[in-house]
Amino acid sequence: MRLKTRVSAYTLAVALVWNSGALAQQMKAEVLHWWTSAGESAAVKVFADQFTKAGGTWVDNAIAGGANARTAGINRMVGGNPPTMMQFNTGKQFDELVSNDLLRDVESQAKAGKWREIMPKPIVDATVRNGKFYAVPVNIHGQNWLFYNTKVFADAGVEPPKTFPELIEAGEKLKAKGVIPLALGGQPTWEHNLFRAVLVGHGGADLFRKVYGARDQAAAKSPKMKETIELFGKMRGLVDPGSPGRNWNDATALVITNKAAMHFNGDWAKGEFIAAGQTAGKEYGCTLVGEGGGKLVIGGDVFVFPATKDKAMLATQDKLTEVLLDPTTQIEFNKKKGSIPARMDVDVSSMDICAQKSHAVLSDPANQVEAMELLSTPNFSGAMQDAVTQYWNNPNMSTDAFIEKITAAMRDAS
Amino acid sequence: MDTVSIQIPSARAASTQGRRLLRTRLPVALALLPTALVVLVVYIGCMVWTVRLSFTSSTLLPKLDWVGLTQYSRLFMNDRFVTSAENIVIFGVLFIAGCLILGFLLAVFIDQNVRAEGAFRTVFLYPYAMSFVVTGVAWQWFLNPGLGLQKVVRDLGFPNFTFDWIVSQDMAIYTIVIAGLWHGSGLTMAILLAGLRGVDEDLWKAAKVDGVPTWRVYTSIVLPLLRPMIVTATVLLATSVVKLYDLVVAMTMGGPGIATEVPAKFVMDHLFERNNIALGTAAATIMLICVVSILAPWVYARYVRPQGRHA
Repeated sequence: MRLKTRVSAYTLAVALVWNSGALAQQMKAEVLHWWTSAGESAAVKVFADQFTKAGGTWVDNAIAGGANARTAGINRMVGGNPPTMMQFNTGKQFDELVSNDLLRDVESQAKAGKWREIMPKPIVDATVRNGKFYAVPVNIHGQNWLFYNTKVFADAGVEPPKTFPELIEAGEKLKAKGVIPLALGGQPTWEHNLFRAVLVGHGGADLFRKVYGARDQAAAKSPKMKETIELFGKMRGLVDPGSPGRNWNDATALVITNKAAMHFNGDWAKGEFIAAGQTAGKEYGCTLVGEGGGKLVIGGDVFVFPATKDKAMLATQDKLTEVLLDPTTQIEFNKKKGSIPARMDVDVSSMDICAQKSHAVLSDPANQVEAMELLSTPNFSGAMQDAVTQYWNNPNMSTDAFIEKITAAMRDAS
Repeated sequence: MDTVSIQIPSARAASTQGRRLLRTRLPVALALLPTALVVLVVYIGCMVWTVRLSFTSSTLLPKLDWVGLTQYSRLFMNDRFVTSAENIVIFGVLFIAGCLILGFLLAVFIDQNVRAEGAFRTVFLYPYAMSFVVTGVAWQWFLNPGLGLQKVVRDLGFPNFTFDWIVSQDMAIYTIVIAGLWHGSGLTMAILLAGLRGVDEDLWKAAKVDGVPTWRVYTSIVLPLLRPMIVTATVLLATSVVKLYDLVVAMTMGGPGIATEVPAKFVMDHLFERNNIALGTAAATIMLICVVSILAPWVYARYVRPQGRHA
């Protein structure tokens, strides 16, 4: 009855009003987040240190696993004992918290700091509700990078691909040389991530937005979509048989250890390369695959401030906002996190070559594509994920059957 | 007058008895009260709340509107839920039957007065001491074609040996069953062994005198005697079937594709990751209905019918 206890815990938390006077203390910030891996906690420590330097006390409340952390935080907000600040992914995760008046807007700070001018539009759009900023974006993650092993490519005499048809051709050559062409973490999330990389690269940004944002069924049935799906299907042949169930970091490790040539992942995978002592541009490269140089699918993390009447807490939250977006903090935090600063007006020359590339690509608004989390509800994303993983794992499924599943998800998912 | 003289002491006896009852029962009732409240409020209350939510359109936060059976029709249109339901039936039947058979055989084996019985008992029961998560991860590595059994056997000089069930759509659910069996048969063994030890020596002697073959004694005499233990074991195993979640998450994450999805995982994902409380609670309600409809005939046969007979 584990399930029942979970459900009851949720309800209990809704029912109970927890009381705690501790938050009334001056500049004491309790921060709830799910950055628990080595690289992530090093990154969040940058915020903590800067906040301490600014005269505050940082109380770190890290809860492993995004879903767990969000559940805990939301329960506390509903129960009336919110943390001072809480992490979310950029996107729709906190929509209902805004509509239920559980969050405080930071519009005045945003106006003063000109956030609308210094942040990419997709990030701004994803944080603004009813014309007001309801969260502080702290970073930008690119989700569709192709990481490749430079040595494996050089040994095989193959150039890193620029488009998906090229990638499949290169993959076949690499396979003939006895390496795994494409390392994939065979879990639904990563299969779905790969699908989105192909969709945005080959299908284009508009098709991507139509499918995930507008849920346009006609677009899902278009010839371009079919072509994209067929390319995606062909990529099954580039993956090794041990892929199903593999964790994403194990897939990254295959590239690090010269066993595999290519790997699609978000820029958080850089942490694995760095931990293995490798340098971007030397042992491994990063590139965007797709027509016209490739678009970058961007998401990231934000912090939200639960609504409160407590003056001390409000002041603490103001201070936190200032600390989070301070240019030095932004650079140092993002170096550790693997992402790039949320504000485009900082100098990124001290960051690694992949981060610089990321910054350069994003300087052209045409290259900025909203991540799925920004475009669609978690529920529709989940339904799409179910469809993608079924197609990927069942080579006998026809393109039309897959499209049928996609349109069904578009219709049914709330 | 006779009747009166009899009545007075008896009434006094009754009142003292009543007082004694109150004195002994009141603390008991008080002690049980918190538990009873917890059961009523937390268990029953949450069940009612869950069922209620399944008729709403709640997404991230509970919302008390009424959409009728919409969520249920969505649920049964959902490939993943249908697959989950099929999987839990496959797992449930194979897991319970397999654990009982394996557990019985192990218990019989240990009951042969083998040497180092304690060691064997520990070895067989040990898997049960491990959490499903550890079990799942260990079996995931062991069955992974790239690093586990298949690779070892191939390296030993059988290059054509193939055992890749865990990455195959059709067979992956059976690897979950295997891991479950490894985990659960030890407990079944312990329960049945306790039962075996309780079988009267004289029965064995009598059967020997009559020249009944040993296997026949086990199937026709011992097994029927073990009925209560088998029921206990089945109930314990059945609860782990219903809550099957962590093993799947640790071993396959529901994959390849959706091949090893189970209802509990469907509920968890929809409640906590996909902000779809309504669909998640609808699935939970269906699980509850299934459990109740399996339990009801048993409860009836065991508790309701015998009482009826006595009266």
